[in-house]
Amino acid sequence: MIAALPLPYPFDRTYMQLALVASVAVGAAAPLIGAFLVQKRLSLMGDGIGHLAFAGVSAGLVLGVWPVAAALVVAVIGAVGIERLRSAGRASGDVALALFFYSGIAAGVVVVGASGGLDASVLSYLFGSVLTVTPADAWTVVVLGLAIVAVLAVVGRALFAVVLDEESARVAGLPVEALNTLLSALAAVAIVGAMRVVGLLLVAALMVLPVATAQLVAGSFRATVAVAMAVGVAASVVGLAVARVWALPPGGTIVLVAAAAFAATSVVAGRRSHRGGTALAHQEHV
Amino acid sequence: MNGPVLEAEDLAFGYGAERVIDGVSLSVAPGEFVALVGPNGSGKSTLLRCLLGLLKPAAGAVRLFGVPPAELKDRWRLGYVPQRAGLARELPATVEEVVGAGRLARSGWYRRLRPEDHVEIEHALSSVALLEHRRRRVGELSGGQQQRAFIAKALAAQPELLVLDEPVAGVDAESQHRFRESLTHLVSQHSAAVLLVSHELGAVADDLDRVVVMRRGRVYFDGPPADLVASGVSLGVHHEDLPLWLEGLMRREDDQE
Repeated sequence: MIAALPLPYPFDRTYMQLALVASVAVGAAAPLIGAFLVQKRLSLMGDGIGHLAFAGVSAGLVLGVWPVAAALVVAVIGAVGIERLRSAGRASGDVALALFFYSGIAAGVVVVGASGGLDASVLSYLFGSVLTVTPADAWTVVVLGLAIVAVLAVVGRALFAVVLDEESARVAGLPVEALNTLLSALAAVAIVGAMRVVGLLLVAALMVLPVATAQLVAGSFRATVAVAMAVGVAASVVGLAVARVWALPPGGTIVLVAAAAFAATSVVAGRRSHRGGTALAHQEHV
Repeated sequence: MNGPVLEAEDLAFGYGAERVIDGVSLSVAPGEFVALVGPNGSGKSTLLRCLLGLLKPAAGAVRLFGVPPAELKDRWRLGYVPQRAGLARELPATVEEVVGAGRLARSGWYRRLRPEDHVEIEHALSSVALLEHRRRRVGELSGGQQQRAFIAKALAAQPELLVLDEPVAGVDAESQHRFRESLTHLVSQHSAAVLLVSHELGAVADDLDRVVVMRRGRVYFDGPPADLVASGVSLGVHHEDLPLWLEGLMRREDDQE
């Protein structure tokens, strides 16, 4: 039993503090990966890998292996497979995703069904169960998040060059295939890290929504990454607090807060650009 | 380096049974400004991809700076500006970030950019007159300015051979003017070679050392622009002259068949 830190309500209980640690780590790491995936038009990559991770969780539960480890192995292998299919031109990005997306969820359903059906432990991975994370779970999420940040600190610039133009990057001698594979593997790591927080069905939202919000206001790619991480962390903290106060499911609440942040930013940015456009039209008229 | 920076010998490439390139030989010397032209479907783009090492030829050999493309270690020596239809407006990257990505081939893709890298990025931005737009999102620029940003990206690595695929297609007159200035600066001040694939040579017609004309996967003409002009082709008086002549070239062959 760990004593709770003296934090104010709604983060005054130990389980809320563990949830806060896991949520903040996911809120920062998921948009960091998402910033690259969104530019590559692979926003649904998180969904595809999430479904594969479900197959891993199911296999882990049935075989008595730690579900997080089983999900990590299956998700990384699947993510690399999606990238290989896409880059070899055997399937377009969306077809490759769909192939793994449906195979993953089908395998998960079959494995779980064969072993006696869905139970609460499976549902906690599908819809998230951040209020039940153990200290070991929270540390696992933090370590995975830090690993993602550390790797992207080294390869981020090169990945940006690949996102900008794969062909030029190839001519410039950048290891394009290795970088794309690495990005897919990191996405799988982020998804497995996030599955206890928002659940496998909603995991892609934390990769995409904060980035979409940041793109509306940030003036550079570097700023987009920073704002997206800030939005991801803020949505996680606010969503968790709102879920505690009104007794709502935390995973879904976090995602709804991120969606609300996008909607509000979109309205404000739209008004600002309308005002800018009107002023410009006025100037041109004058 | 005394030998050619780019050399292709008896190159052939096909998709299935169809030969797109058939027995093409050409070379580009250091400091040479060469244009590669040809009607649509003449094999220019496929040839370019073979020369850059993006496609493996079925026969023949390519050498970049004396070695096969896959064995070229100092990749910064080769700059490439691909053909593009325009960037998505929502791309959240500044002009400076785009140009900075071009410096990675020189600085090392896993290293942080050093002060001298930033000096070269600034120099590349100046050479295409985009220094004042460095902090703007590249998606907000006009098509011509975007293309200049991508030329600056290739220039940032200070290449010894710059290959450009249709860089001025549909861009405004100011961008064409800046484009010419940046290429002539590269050739005259840095002794770099340029291989330009384009339909419109008007912007650089007076600066070219050689023109290579492709037809049906083969080299139809390879020589100084003056020799091509002597045969009745105008490279620069009107921007439609060369495309019309290239189309005529195709039609004449169809009639003969």
